[in-house]
Amino acid sequence: MSDNATAASATSSATSKPKKNHLSGGFFRFVLTRFLLIIPTVFILVTIVFFVMRATGDPISAAMGGRLTPDELQRRIHAAGYDRPLIVQYIDYLGGLLHGDLGTTLTDNQPVVTILTRYGAATFELAFLSLIVALIVGIGLGRLAAKYRDRAADAGIRVFAILCYATPVFFLGLVLKLIFAVWLNILPPSGRSDLSSEMQFQRLVSPTGFYIIDALQLGDMTVLADVLRHAVLPALALGLLTAGVFIRLVRTNVISTYTSGYVEAARSRGVSEKRLLDKHAWRPALIPIITVMGMQIAMMLAGAVLTETTFEWKGLGFMLSNYLKARDFVAVQGIVILIAIIVAVVNFIVDVISALIDPRVRY
Amino acid sequence: MTESTATKVGVPGDERLNNLNVNKPTPWWEKIAIVRDLKIAVGWQKGMLVTGLVITVFFILLALFAPLIAPYGYSQMKDASGASFPTQSAPSAEHIWGTTVGGYDVFSRTIWGARTAIIAIVIAVVLSIFAGVLLGLVSGYFGGWVDRVLVVIADAIYSFPSLLLAILMAIMISGGQSGLWSGILASGISITVVYIPQYFRTIRAEVVRIKNSAYVESAKVVGASTWRIMTKHLLKNSTRTLPVILTLNSSEAILTLAGLGFLGFGIEPTAASEWGYDLNRSVADVTAGIWWTAVFPGLAIVLIVLGITLVGESLNDLADPRLRARKSAGEVVGSIEDTSVDPNEKPSARNEVIAELDSTLNPPATVTDHDPAIVASEWTGEDRTAANGEGKE
Repeated sequence: MSDNATAASATSSATSKPKKNHLSGGFFRFVLTRFLLIIPTVFILVTIVFFVMRATGDPISAAMGGRLTPDELQRRIHAAGYDRPLIVQYIDYLGGLLHGDLGTTLTDNQPVVTILTRYGAATFELAFLSLIVALIVGIGLGRLAAKYRDRAADAGIRVFAILCYATPVFFLGLVLKLIFAVWLNILPPSGRSDLSSEMQFQRLVSPTGFYIIDALQLGDMTVLADVLRHAVLPALALGLLTAGVFIRLVRTNVISTYTSGYVEAARSRGVSEKRLLDKHAWRPALIPIITVMGMQIAMMLAGAVLTETTFEWKGLGFMLSNYLKARDFVAVQGIVILIAIIVAVVNFIVDVISALIDPRVRY
Repeated sequence: MTESTATKVGVPGDERLNNLNVNKPTPWWEKIAIVRDLKIAVGWQKGMLVTGLVITVFFILLALFAPLIAPYGYSQMKDASGASFPTQSAPSAEHIWGTTVGGYDVFSRTIWGARTAIIAIVIAVVLSIFAGVLLGLVSGYFGGWVDRVLVVIADAIYSFPSLLLAILMAIMISGGQSGLWSGILASGISITVVYIPQYFRTIRAEVVRIKNSAYVESAKVVGASTWRIMTKHLLKNSTRTLPVILTLNSSEAILTLAGLGFLGFGIEPTAASEWGYDLNRSVADVTAGIWWTAVFPGLAIVLIVLGITLVGESLNDLADPRLRARKSAGEVVGSIEDTSVDPNEKPSARNEVIAELDSTLNPPATVTDHDPAIVASEWTGEDRTAANGEGKE
């Protein structure tokens, strides 16, 4: 196990500056190098998460502290192995992680991996729908703002973008809920579907957990409509939060390419403004946009924790905040580590995509 | 041109050089980033900056004078006569923004919340700048394996969702439970850890860029100590982008604080008022149609973040000439005469465009390159040689 640790840190030092070392490599080599970089990143995050969580003591005292007698508590701590030296526990945990074992939750005694697979789908569904909202709003308005730079439309869109960003996602969620679910009463206030739809899902042989896909599997349009109606407000709340960042990003990058020399030259050759914006200025502006998009997906997962809590959307975020309240730190640790892995993988994918778009990124 | 060089070039008894605009010392207040940017900004960009500043100052005043403005204390549940406040009552004359499910006055708690938010930001920003800048300087200047390790760690933390990191920190610092100052401090420190990598990365990148430049080399040759090079030569030249990051971070810090509070890691209601916590309690109210417990603290968060972000965005745009709003021809700052080395050119308030138009309409009768009264003076070397040459012929 310690071999693995040293190997990981060795990779980190060898690949932290790959730009200088492998200038002549091809695309495949770039992908491989970049893929190997995931290992030290995840390793560092797991290490940080583990030691931070253990800094205040063992999870059993945190969860059961007031409820058990000191003797009983000691017995449970010993049974779970939390009285061993921290470094032994750490290596043990890393070993479990490699086998896909993240421990067992303390409050409801389930394997953490089960929790992750059961509730992960809901979070991905929400994140996916929000990303669509964010992309439509962000790219559309961002390009519009760049086109009408320094005019009223631009100023209006920028203020909108800042407002999106300035509004905490849970407050936006509450306001949307208040307007559409309570006052207008046209959309459901919380949850992922009605009880009747939940009953329908029980009949499925192989439910995916993605309610939209499950509804399509059932082929029942009322269930699909019900699922979509439930998804509108959470996706809008989380999507608009991210859209604010996208608008700003798209605007800035399109402006900087739009005013650059080669666009100016194309304009003087008589290329139409529409083509200038769509072809000449757009593609180079995409690279930084995609890079930041990767970071935004990470932020979105944090936003999902708050959104799911607001809308009682039973995903990882909702469970995370429940486990936080119950002080079940084994479960919290598992969910946080899963998010860390997702973030690292997403960043890898983003880097590969930007290398596909821009050959200059490859090394 | 600074004052010292001007006096060296000047002629005894001749005050004209000293009266040039360029020679006047810049007042200290114009050297502050925001004031300088206020002068550069034009049009709606100036509007954004001013609006942001006004909102930010408004909240700082609220925080300072909370005891005077708020009618009740943040944890007060009974009025002066000892009668309990009604719970969940709609806005009325007694409680202009209504009361919460716990019987707190919403207006008072919203006002007091400004104080909590600002204290937490100040703690977070000061600590993270201090730690981030120090680490960035040391890591960037000395390099080596410490630098490599720090960069990898900072990158890993940087890519991680900040709210989750703040939650982990809150668990570590306070176990999730918190009192008055310990609560604010725990939140502040939790946020600090999240933002250290940002300062670290910025400062380190600048230091790495600067440390091989000629003036640092010469400072080393002259024998300046490492400490002096780090503080005088590197630090002062690498903090260019700090004001922008600082403002944008403070707005993120408020959102993180509110997020922590919303998840139940904030500050107990008896210890201080925190907007995120209030919003957490109002989730159930909203479904029942009770809007005032959610809307007011929420709007407070939106407004303060909006204000600070407006300032940060404007500073960011003004720092980048490509994004700076373009000045129209009539708004050119200063005039070309101000930059002239010829004391006969009177510095004028007119801008260069008007001056140019003016000179085409009324061309000056004679063009004098130097003051004929002071022949062979010490204006410039060129002048003297020219005058000497004329004299010889």
